[in-house]
Amino acid sequence: MAKVTQLIHNYLRHSKRFPHVFCPGCGHGIVLGSLIRSVHSLGLAKDDVVLVAGIGCSGRIPVYVDFNSVHTTHGRALTFATGIKMANPRLTVIVIMGDGDALSIGGNHLIHAARRNIGLAALVLNNHIYGMTGGQSSCTTPLGSYSTTTPFGQLEEEFDISRVAKVCGSSFVARTTVMQARHMDKMISTAITHPGFGMVEIISPCHTQFGRKNRFKTSVDMYRWLQKKSVSLDKFQELPPEKRKDAVVTGIFEQKDCIGLEEKHARMRRELRGET
Amino acid sequence: MAAKSRKKRTTEIFALGNEAVVEGALLAGCTFYAGYPITPSTEIAEEMSARLPRLRGGVFIQMEDEIAGLGAVIGASLAGRKAMTATSGPGFSLMQEHIGYACITEVPLVLANVMRTGPSTGMPTSPAQGDVQQARWGTHGDHPIIVLSAGDVQECLHMTVTAFNFAEKYRTPVILLLDEVTAHTREKITLPDPDDTYVFSRLTPSMPPEWYLPYEDNMRGVSPMPPLGSGYRYHVTGLIHDDHGYPTSNPKEVEQLMQRLFRKIDQFFYDIQMVDEIMCEDAEICVIAYGCVARAAELAVQQARERGEKAGLLKLKTLFPFPRPAVEKMIRKCPTLIVPEMNMGQMSREIKRVNNGQSKIHTLNRVDGQIITPGQILSRILKG
Repeated sequence: MAKVTQLIHNYLRHSKRFPHVFCPGCGHGIVLGSLIRSVHSLGLAKDDVVLVAGIGCSGRIPVYVDFNSVHTTHGRALTFATGIKMANPRLTVIVIMGDGDALSIGGNHLIHAARRNIGLAALVLNNHIYGMTGGQSSCTTPLGSYSTTTPFGQLEEEFDISRVAKVCGSSFVARTTVMQARHMDKMISTAITHPGFGMVEIISPCHTQFGRKNRFKTSVDMYRWLQKKSVSLDKFQELPPEKRKDAVVTGIFEQKDCIGLEEKHARMRRELRGET
Repeated sequence: MAAKSRKKRTTEIFALGNEAVVEGALLAGCTFYAGYPITPSTEIAEEMSARLPRLRGGVFIQMEDEIAGLGAVIGASLAGRKAMTATSGPGFSLMQEHIGYACITEVPLVLANVMRTGPSTGMPTSPAQGDVQQARWGTHGDHPIIVLSAGDVQECLHMTVTAFNFAEKYRTPVILLLDEVTAHTREKITLPDPDDTYVFSRLTPSMPPEWYLPYEDNMRGVSPMPPLGSGYRYHVTGLIHDDHGYPTSNPKEVEQLMQRLFRKIDQFFYDIQMVDEIMCEDAEICVIAYGCVARAAELAVQQARERGEKAGLLKLKTLFPFPRPAVEKMIRKCPTLIVPEMNMGQMSREIKRVNNGQSKIHTLNRVDGQIITPGQILSRILKG
């Protein structure tokens, strides 16, 4: 067994009946692998890590890993995570959400968690579609693309998740794709160690639902397309404007020094109790 | 030598019903509050925001909406805190999804709902009792729930302590129903000596983590609950789950979970059923009431007695599980029952259901945003 596979097995719940729910070729497993590598490289104890997830394909990730895991309601994962982090700031709380989860039904919670700058690491797995319910359009379905509820093409503009998080005050914002595993490892580790709200948007294509409606014959076609579209932030800034359209820009969009809300609360309490 | 008698540490304060809820919560060991402001429950949040940060580890957080408020409370409870939120009609509607989540994941929490006139925005500063059936059935799917009510300021304190005790004992959300009048009545109450107050805290597991089953079908129907991060790593999910907490659709395991959820409340029914029988011993006409209406009914019953009517009052403090044995006892005894309520008959339908045609049930409904007065109840009693 390869070393990295062995490492991942150390973190899986073998009492849980595999196989997992992800389709062959899905990117969510790559994210899970990256998450495990990040937690391992940071040397965090399994007991200190809490995975909180919403509903959808991404919401099924925590059940497979031997951390404290909470599978919450649709769109509200951040609210549960806020309660957990405020109640016990010692815990490392990682929130896993999908695009519909984080930005459609849970949009209110995302913008406020970012504004509050609470010490959570939020991973938003963007597959541009509602995968689990059968491929309906989401708020990130690109303009003109097809889904089971946009049979004549999407008319609405899509959300740029990273931009939303940035303008709402998130102190760490990055985008990566499942085609860049090492970059993803780095982004996830940084978000976990970042003291305030850290959001990583991960482009993880859904070929089963999005691909079949948008002329991608296989998952490999979709990954090639993603690879072709991806461009790092540095390179993107050098591109002529006509080539900037449709590019998936990866990299860190925001990273500022801050203290998390839970730490501010602790300081206020110490001051009130005269324990400074 | 006689044992040294301990000096009781009771204090008298002049408090609102909402403030008494806070006193009760702190007495019960609540250290976490998350919520969203809504009239007429706001004093609970305001008082909590001033009191909690002074406690060791106490957290008050104002969330972006009621959904988030209850979500954060569930998160904090999972992390080992005694946690609560408070709201009113519209916020209570928003919280329904998370009440169901707390039921199936068996997360202890207290939700105080200060009832105002509805539906919708209704009359935010007027009292009503219109959320009784919503408290019982508001969230989707079959579920057991404990619903308590309070009718005066002292009772607000005691019922909040009781609500926390039930939540922790049975790992369930407990809904405490107040109404605008009770919440905004200011009167003298006695803060009990903390040493004399019965406070129950959830059991935590002591077995090795590999033996621990978070949703075990044991005798009590309730498993011990470790705080997140204490070495017992388990899965919490709103999906129907097996005893490990892993999602399942195996009919046997589904049945087992649902049966246990109901059993853990049903088998402790007599612990949960709380009623006050006032002048009921020889009563021939019985008023059944709860909340602030019970207070008016008590005076009405006294006045009826003065006029020679053998009237009694059955005051319901536990609304659900429905205190059927206590109500049936009065049905057997009294040929006439009067059920005054500030709604169109949400509790009287329960009473009619168990009455089964034995006694005459008269309803007295008031839905104009005003309280039912003792005079109204008295004239109904005198009419017979």
